[in-house]
Amino acid sequence: MTTIDLTAKPRARRFATTLLASALAAASLHAVAQENDPIKVGILHSLSGTMAISESTLKDTVEMLIAQQNEAGGLLGRQLEAVVVDPASNWPLFAERARELLAQEEVDVVFGNWTSVSRKAVLPVFEELNGLLFYPVQYEGEESSENVFYTGAAPNQQAIPAVDYLINEVGIERFALIGTDYVYPRTTNRILEAYLQDEYGVAEEDIMVNYTPFGHSDWQNIVSEIRRFGEEGKPTAVVSTINGDANVPFYRELANQGIDAADIPVIAFSVGEQELSGIDTGPLVGHLAAWNYFMSVDTDANYDFIDAWIEHTGDEEAVTNDPMEAHYIGFNMWAEAVRKAGTTDVDAVKDAIIGVTVPNLSGGYAAMMPNHHITKPVLIGEVQDNGQFDIVWQTPSTVAGDAWSDFLPGSRDLIADWRAPMRCGNFNVANGSCGGSTAAEEAEAALAE
Amino acid sequence: MRRFLFRGLWCALLLSIALGAQAQTGSSTASDEDAQALLEALDVGSYHDKGEAITAILQSDDERARDWLQALLDGRLQRTEEGRFVVVLNNIGRNWPVADALTEEPLGEMSRRDLDRIGINNALRNQLRSAIAVVDLYSPRVERRRLSAERLLGEVDGDLAGLLDTLISEEDDLQVRQRLTQALAIYQTENGELEGVETLKGSLHPRARVALNRAANGDDPIVADAARSALASIEQNLKLNRGVETLYFGLSLGSVLVLAAIGLAITFGVMGVINMAHGELIMLGAYTTWMMQQLLPGQPGLALLLSIPAGFLVAALVGIAIERGVIQFLKGRPLETLLATFGVSLILQQLVRTVISPLNRTVVTPEWMSGSLIINDALSLTLNRMVVLGFALFVFVGLMLIMRRTRLGLEVRAVTQNRAMARAMGIRATRVDILTFALGSGVAGLAGVALSQLTNVGPNLGQNYIIDSFMVVVFGGVGNLWGTLVAGLSLGVINQLLEPWAGAVLAKIIVLVFIILFIQKRPRGLFPQKGRAAEG
Repeated sequence: MTTIDLTAKPRARRFATTLLASALAAASLHAVAQENDPIKVGILHSLSGTMAISESTLKDTVEMLIAQQNEAGGLLGRQLEAVVVDPASNWPLFAERARELLAQEEVDVVFGNWTSVSRKAVLPVFEELNGLLFYPVQYEGEESSENVFYTGAAPNQQAIPAVDYLINEVGIERFALIGTDYVYPRTTNRILEAYLQDEYGVAEEDIMVNYTPFGHSDWQNIVSEIRRFGEEGKPTAVVSTINGDANVPFYRELANQGIDAADIPVIAFSVGEQELSGIDTGPLVGHLAAWNYFMSVDTDANYDFIDAWIEHTGDEEAVTNDPMEAHYIGFNMWAEAVRKAGTTDVDAVKDAIIGVTVPNLSGGYAAMMPNHHITKPVLIGEVQDNGQFDIVWQTPSTVAGDAWSDFLPGSRDLIADWRAPMRCGNFNVANGSCGGSTAAEEAEAALAE
Repeated sequence: MRRFLFRGLWCALLLSIALGAQAQTGSSTASDEDAQALLEALDVGSYHDKGEAITAILQSDDERARDWLQALLDGRLQRTEEGRFVVVLNNIGRNWPVADALTEEPLGEMSRRDLDRIGINNALRNQLRSAIAVVDLYSPRVERRRLSAERLLGEVDGDLAGLLDTLISEEDDLQVRQRLTQALAIYQTENGELEGVETLKGSLHPRARVALNRAANGDDPIVADAARSALASIEQNLKLNRGVETLYFGLSLGSVLVLAAIGLAITFGVMGVINMAHGELIMLGAYTTWMMQQLLPGQPGLALLLSIPAGFLVAALVGIAIERGVIQFLKGRPLETLLATFGVSLILQQLVRTVISPLNRTVVTPEWMSGSLIINDALSLTLNRMVVLGFALFVFVGLMLIMRRTRLGLEVRAVTQNRAMARAMGIRATRVDILTFALGSGVAGLAGVALSQLTNVGPNLGQNYIIDSFMVVVFGGVGNLWGTLVAGLSLGVINQLLEPWAGAVLAKIIVLVFIILFIQKRPRGLFPQKGRAAEG
């Protein structure tokens, strides 16, 4: 817009003058303009590559939440604006895109990531540039960063209650721990193995562990092994940490080999409504999943959320899932903290958000704990033939997320508390010092054993 | 074991109820208030109370009881806000057609917001299935009796055992009689009776094995000895069955590898073009299947059959476009071909992502490809894999015929062996190039149609198979279709043999290392191309 053609049509000329005028106004009222600038919300989810299947819906969720907030008048009198980048399921690219969001776009908050490996990649960037990240997916724990808020489940909010349910309510005595070969399933299974042996005295030969690569599609052998494992006379269950689309051929093979949920139930930690929308669930009825939210939750808040989601996507059959609820909670918590702090300044929001309580979609409330994890109810659902889950059990109250597992030797003594005097993500209660890297290393060494 | 005993108890209880029903003059219809009260009792929070309500419904001897229980089992028994019980006829979407549970009169569509489902859990599901099974044991329909007899294996207790003798002697169907005899024998074996052990000899059913194991550790030395010898012979038999099963798994994995690789065996093996977009041609075949199923809703089987020619055509046309648009300009420059086709593969992937969706698409498996073919109690072969295995062999034979018996095959072989000489003989080499590439691409499309039944149909489908495909072709010997077949099948079997003790990840690595070592020793693969042509 350096030259303006004054011979152009009147309407275009008027438009150009308006532009010019507004540019002048902006220049003269610089300070005021910044006050009225939109609040920038970064979205760091893969829109291409393997993880696009799960992450692209989360981008849409945050966009929907932003639109709703803007309709309701924005935040602190300012509008919100989404800044979307695509890290393309490429872990190093996550770090680059995070830097771009924080350093160039100067966003006030980021919602993003799915896999643990991508979270580990962006962690140093957020700590260096002092950003805010809301991470919405269930994960393996053993981490608490000053700059990250974990709105998904820690192992004690998903895996441990799920196993309790299997033993106490279903009477299971044998466990096949089947997972994808990366950090989340390996850590979770280590915690579960220790928990089963120490708490319930499950014998070693009654636990079977198996790992498969990402995107594994040939499940014949493993499923037939599971079948034999379950034929020994003791009630058997499969605890599945299989991630992503490898689940579809896994469940298909289970159905084809005639393994029924009444004989060997499978309880999954990474299978939600989204994943089930890729398969005919008729033969899977009765298999289980442990989450903190299901689309079938019977509350008005949930029905409103689903209606808004269907309207936003324009797809009558769009499904909602647990990480979407985590973003819903995380977004509202952040908005509440900003209101409380009266500013979007990162340090002020970080302090204000601890203790913030917002409604979740299952009829209760979620509170941000000092360790940057939140309180969640744990729900167990059984798969129905329409691809939904029927909730068969839930914890009587919400469970607070535990950053450091009580069942692993290295992390047993660690706690995280980001409130004023302590401000430490891995405080060692045994020797009374902020453990720093040594404790984390110990925990990792224990894992590597 | 508690769970099984519990189930057994249920069976016995329900059986006596059913027998009672049988003795009476037949079922009746309870008054609407009574029926409403029966259903009312189901709408409670505690699963234990629900279990009792189910028993009450059975005892009420209402003729609608089985339908109610079936609807409850399927999660279709629901309650409206006014407290009326309805049966949902079809629970897909947000508005469901419903009918009144008491009068069966249709009530139009209702929103799921206004309906409350009567939830059940796995324990209740077991109870319901047992209840329905025991009722069905007296059903005039033989399939129902078969299913219920199947369920009773390992679930029999003292009360039920007393009744089984009569049932067995009155049964006409051989299969039902055999199953009930086995069920009785399992009960006897668990109680240390020699008669049961004798009957179970040679039975491969897992419940029989559990019962024999218990008898083998029992107090009576004679029974224990008999049980041990029965177990030994079963063990032998099981080993054989497991061997057959592993072989089948291997062949089926191998057939997938052959299908994915055989198109490449033509474009890379015969023509010498390194086509990195081969995987995406497979993906297009899979998407064609999806598209076909969208065009023909409700007929997944027919759509799948029609996808075979359609998938071939789509992939072949795209193949021609790639050949004309890229590859023909890069003849004899393998590195540039590799990079250019890699670019094409990325373009095709992103195209699918943008035009269709980054999310996986659901391809429905037709009825006749679901489930297993049951050979015996220890061995069943999954049908979808069997169809794919057959299809792979069919494609292989078809290709062999084209290459050996048709004019095109002759020309292809002539051009690849000596291009200049073939042209001198009047063969239009460019036309042959196009047709060969189209053939190889089309076969990749066929592979996609088959893979849509086994794996996820998504933009990344091709990437998962490209490396495996090259591996198979190189291992089998470049330019040799037989080599591809043998290499694919044997790699599949090796992989499945290794998997049980090495794990899926390690098994893959071992196979890869094995191939690298093998190629070091025999650089031209299993079946090297012979003669001067191979040098050029």
